[in-house]
Amino acid sequence: MKKLCIALCFASVFYVNKSFGSEAGMPQLNPEFWSAQIFWLILIFSTLYLIIWKIFLPKITYSIESRKSKIVNNLDEAQKLKESAETKLKEYNKIIENSKSEAKKIIDEERKKLDKDIEVKKKNFNSEIEKELAAVEKEIKDLKKTSLSSISKIASETSAELIKNIVNTEVNKSNVAAVVEDIIKKNKEKYI
Amino acid sequence: MHQFEVYKIGPEINLGGVNLSFTNASLFMTISSALILLFLFLGTKKKSLVPTKIQFITESSYTFVAKMINDTAGSSAKSFFPFIFTLFMFVLFANMVGMLPYSFTVTSHIIVTFVLASIVFIGVTILGFIKHGFKYLGLFVPKGVPVVLLPLIVIIEIISYLSRPVSLSVRLFANMMAGHTMLKVFGGFVISLGLLGGWLPLGFSVALTGLEILVAFLQAYVFAILTCIYLNDALNLHH
Repeated sequence: MKKLCIALCFASVFYVNKSFGSEAGMPQLNPEFWSAQIFWLILIFSTLYLIIWKIFLPKITYSIESRKSKIVNNLDEAQKLKESAETKLKEYNKIIENSKSEAKKIIDEERKKLDKDIEVKKKNFNSEIEKELAAVEKEIKDLKKTSLSSISKIASETSAELIKNIVNTEVNKSNVAAVVEDIIKKNKEKYI
Repeated sequence: MHQFEVYKIGPEINLGGVNLSFTNASLFMTISSALILLFLFLGTKKKSLVPTKIQFITESSYTFVAKMINDTAGSSAKSFFPFIFTLFMFVLFANMVGMLPYSFTVTSHIIVTFVLASIVFIGVTILGFIKHGFKYLGLFVPKGVPVVLLPLIVIIEIISYLSRPVSLSVRLFANMMAGHTMLKVFGGFVISLGLLGGWLPLGFSVALTGLEILVAFLQAYVFAILTCIYLNDALNLHH
């Protein structure tokens, strides 16, 4: 590496001497072509300036501006659409809420009505059942009463008949009836 | 230094004793300008909403220069956009064309850069006087300086103002010349060290070429942005 560096140094000195020594200084400082350079530079540069200024820059400006305005317009439109969508969404939500509450109301009302109806019907039914029950009970009581009296009649007739068959003599029916009545009275608590 | 040599192409043109011959420098100025026009032509051929590649590059260079002017000189400098855009493109393309082998670098000549810087300097000075009248001389009197120091400061300010075209032109010229000289020196090393030792300088030249392309862009940018700064002084006049 050290050898390489030394070689480089030597080479550079040699080379610089060889390449720059032969020419007299920098060509830039030679005024021979200065006037020509100035002339052509100003000519070419001003031509370039005019062409760029008058032809190309308006085109680029137009292109950029039209893009910008298009983007701005699109953004505006998007914003508008977004806003309208939001209002629509709000309206929609409102409608849904309203209909929900309405439905709830209707359901509540219907339920109340039904409850009332059911209660009334229940009451009617109950009272009817009670009436019916009362009537049936009364009938049963009547039946019992009538059956009791008919039982005593049947019992006395049957006993009179039995006695007649057993003893084979005519019995005083009123006597038998009195006995049966007596027995019935005695056992009345058993049956009723 | 053969690459910086200027020689005439075609017949010698002499107008009133002044040599106006077409030279290789003029040729490469024309080539650079033609390339700029070709680039702009291709970039504006199809004005599509979604830009094509070349259209995108053209529009990017447009917005790049527009942003540079707006940032440094404010919106009042908008009317100078065509000039600064042309200046930037011209210097950039001249530098880039100079990077091609066997080509001539227009901007490596002090006279060319000095003329460009002088156009900027004279234009800016005239603009300043038109816009502000004799108040423009207030540029040389900074605010808040003690009275004792004022004469000295004013002299320094005047010198610095007058040296603007020199610094502007020498910066570009020296950068381009130094870069190309360096490339040439390393190229010479490759030859003189031969097959065995030439690889190291060859690698250097490759790296330097990359660096030079960066410098070519950077110097064009610096030239344009300094023009913008001078323009800002003339237009807005606050020190």
